[in-house]
Amino acid sequence: MAEKGDKAKAMAGGTDILVQLRADRFRIERLVDVKGVPEMMEISYSKKDGLTLGAAVPCYKVYENKEIAKAYPGLYDSASLIGGIQIQSRASIGGNLCNAAPSGDAIPTLIAYQAIANIQGPKGKRSVPAEQFCTGPGKNILEPGELLVSLKFPAPKAGTGANYLRFIPRNEMDIAVAGAGVSVVLANGAIASARIALASVAPTPVLATEAMQYLAGKAPTDEHVERAAELAKKAAKPITDMRGTIEQRIHLTGVLTKRALRTAISRAKEA
Amino acid sequence: MNTKTLVSCKINDTDTDFLCEPRQSLLECLRDVLSLTGSKEGCNDGNCGACTVILDGRIVDSCLVLGVEAQGKQIITIEGIATAEGLHPLQQAFLEQAALQCGICTPGFIVAAKGLLDREPKADEHRIRHWLAGNLCRCTGYDKIVRAVLQAEEMQAKKK
Repeated sequence: MAEKGDKAKAMAGGTDILVQLRADRFRIERLVDVKGVPEMMEISYSKKDGLTLGAAVPCYKVYENKEIAKAYPGLYDSASLIGGIQIQSRASIGGNLCNAAPSGDAIPTLIAYQAIANIQGPKGKRSVPAEQFCTGPGKNILEPGELLVSLKFPAPKAGTGANYLRFIPRNEMDIAVAGAGVSVVLANGAIASARIALASVAPTPVLATEAMQYLAGKAPTDEHVERAAELAKKAAKPITDMRGTIEQRIHLTGVLTKRALRTAISRAKEA
Repeated sequence: MNTKTLVSCKINDTDTDFLCEPRQSLLECLRDVLSLTGSKEGCNDGNCGACTVILDGRIVDSCLVLGVEAQGKQIITIEGIATAEGLHPLQQAFLEQAALQCGICTPGFIVAAKGLLDREPKADEHRIRHWLAGNLCRCTGYDKIVRAVLQAEEMQAKKK
């Protein structure tokens, strides 16, 4: 990859990149299948250290893993929403992040869980928070020759709950018109902290920081959840396109944030 | 530099070697190199599922797998579904329920449904519809397809 620089690309499941190459989205001279790299296929979880997820691990290995589904329900939600069963046999969470689509169903979840992207390249290793990884539609911070090796999820604190929801006009197999990935930590009957990341409402997934700050320290009531959902709408700066209008997407952001927060709170209570 | 790569794999329980270019999809290799034309090209971008094959026990869109990735793998295509004794229950049920019209999507549906029945022989209608969401049919409206899969489950259960 280093040898070919920006004329080389990594392929994990290939479900995005093979389509993009056929459509002449970009021209490259080398496509590197990274599924043979052990660190990129690693999937290891412990209560103390959290989850290390190799960037090329296919979605089904995430949602069929009972420990991960229990510890990171938001990740389970995202992994089981990406594509259909055929796609989930191949597509990876790391690939979804690298593809950097504003609508990527895994990215809000990675941001909500404060996942760290472990990157390796010719100049060495670096680690970047998931929310800084995407820089524009289809663009990410990887330099030529660099590779996303794995994603590191911190161990969930006691009382953590999460959820990812998206709106699509079909039941399955579609691209999010809007999406919301949230995580909450409950302590002593109150929301100790909350994270809300939104998909398909900006050039990159975005954090709804005002809504997050509002929820910190509040009781997990419907009234506070509804107010937070209103504040989340302010973080949405969508466009009108074939999938939805600005007004629809802002409205959806409120509805999805509200519902995802409710589910995350009830999951946190069960955790 | 060689322009083609030798790939050795098992297709429908038969050891198979073939030569392919690095850019060729598994679907192209099956159809154009190995003359296994049962797998269909619908969209060639992972939306329609007409090219579904079973790769090491998981259903995949063969248009989104490179031929070179088949090295060392086990592949089941629509040509490997029927046995020496006759049609697979799914094939029989698709016929009896008239679960096809133009037929282009049928190999993909049958292979995808086999992927489900091999894992979950008692999947309910909801599960079947969810599992087959990656397969598109523009003729039947899906009801007959779902009924055929349910019938195949019954036929399989009776056989045992």
